[in-house]
Amino acid sequence: MANTRRDFLRAGAATGLLAALAGCASSGGSKASGHVVVVGGGYGGATAAKYLRLWSDGGVQVTLIERKPKLVSCPVSNRVIGGQKALADITLGYAQLQSRWGVQVLQDEAIAVDTAARTVQLAAGGVIGYDRLVLSPGIDFLFDRLPGLAAPAAQDKILHAWQAGPQTVALRRQLEAMRDGGTYIIAIPRAPYRCPPAPYERACLVANYFKQAKPRSKVVILDANDDVQAKKDLFTKAWSELYPGMIEYRANSEVRDVHAASKTAVLASGRLKADVLNVIPPQHAGQIAAQAGLKLVNQRWVDVDWLTMESSSAPGVHVLGDAVFPAPSMIKSGHMANQQAKLAAAAILNLLAGQPPNPEPVLINACYSFVDDRQAIHATSVHRYNPATKVIQPVKGAGGVSAARSEEEGRIAEAWAKNIWADMLT
Amino acid sequence: MKLTAPIAALCLLACAGPAAAADPQLGRNLAATCTTCHGTNGRAVVDGGIASLAGVDRERLLQKLAAFRSGEKSATIMQQITKGFTDAQLDLIASHFAGQGRP
Repeated sequence: MANTRRDFLRAGAATGLLAALAGCASSGGSKASGHVVVVGGGYGGATAAKYLRLWSDGGVQVTLIERKPKLVSCPVSNRVIGGQKALADITLGYAQLQSRWGVQVLQDEAIAVDTAARTVQLAAGGVIGYDRLVLSPGIDFLFDRLPGLAAPAAQDKILHAWQAGPQTVALRRQLEAMRDGGTYIIAIPRAPYRCPPAPYERACLVANYFKQAKPRSKVVILDANDDVQAKKDLFTKAWSELYPGMIEYRANSEVRDVHAASKTAVLASGRLKADVLNVIPPQHAGQIAAQAGLKLVNQRWVDVDWLTMESSSAPGVHVLGDAVFPAPSMIKSGHMANQQAKLAAAAILNLLAGQPPNPEPVLINACYSFVDDRQAIHATSVHRYNPATKVIQPVKGAGGVSAARSEEEGRIAEAWAKNIWADMLT
Repeated sequence: MKLTAPIAALCLLACAGPAAAADPQLGRNLAATCTTCHGTNGRAVVDGGIASLAGVDRERLLQKLAAFRSGEKSATIMQQITKGFTDAQLDLIASHFAGQGRP
């Protein structure tokens, strides 16, 4: 409590100083002021916090609440599982958000939101008021859909590694410990789920490791969906050309339960035993969204106004990233969360200044996947707000995928990570 | 001439919208769709493998964007992204980056 209060006073002082500095160079455009609380310091929340400060010339006070001390990037985490990167390579800090941009970073957990009183309750005991709230809570898992995964002990054995961090390293260790000639199974839930191409990338990078270290081993992809969900031709070509006979893809193969002790996946059609069983459970918006009483689509994802990213049921609460019910052909990706964060930051600053939001927002998605140590492929799309449907829709004729996998795209994928990390954090 | 083009672009965009007037920060907002890869305010990570756009001459940026869009200049991704923007939007983006200080 005492800490929270003191931190606040410090944030206020930093805000005042930055505002005074910015006043000298201000273009006079934005006159937004107030306090914005951002819950969740991932790709969406960190970007929103930084851009709210940048675009308000320090005029808006921003508090970022994040329960973890560091950000471990989901993008690139498959390369830790594949053995090309270490966890340290994808672990990022919040220091510059605080020192350079004047964001007050609180390491704490938001456990409740009162949208009527405009307050956030913290696990450590404090309560913070806001003028506008940004929720970027990512995903939580529906473990109840897989009864055998309900127990924490089972979750320690059958990993998802779909939130980067300790599970990323643990899955790598399971693969390293696996015998040559073993079977790795990756189970994909029904869409929408976080990062559609990532399971197929992971299959490639695990096969790449097996090819070098355990060449008699197999990768089995159990996909609950009726087809490959992203970059299909590029992935299937990589599987057959780079890993002939090693990767088996099974569509319409939803894993309905697991037997953790025997590492067995249970499907409608039978059972399949693995040496390493990697089950990505079905997902929904981070718990705080439901706790806050926000309107959810299919009881899972937050329904938003695409001009502002505001919850359709709770004015003043803007929701970003994977937690959002996606517009047509919009995927849940870190790049998209970064873009949505800027849309929301611009809208929040206009609203705080008593102006309408930008009536014609545009978003870009770009998404790279590695298929071996060095070669990558991409998909990209451009999305534009349609005032008639009030939805952000893909621009016809724009976007596309790689002509072919290449090392050049691998270099660009590395550059993408460096630059998006800087855009959100430094 | 150089100064009036972005204003003309703004007017075109404003007229194209059925109801709402263009946002005064439209150029900044559109340019921010690029900065995920090209760096905040167009200042990419030094030696980070992606071009900085801050302070680059507007005409030069527009020529490059047009060459990507027509396929005259080969690219992995920019030929696909530029097709998602109107001429007026590209003009606003180029003007915004040209107006940023060089890194």
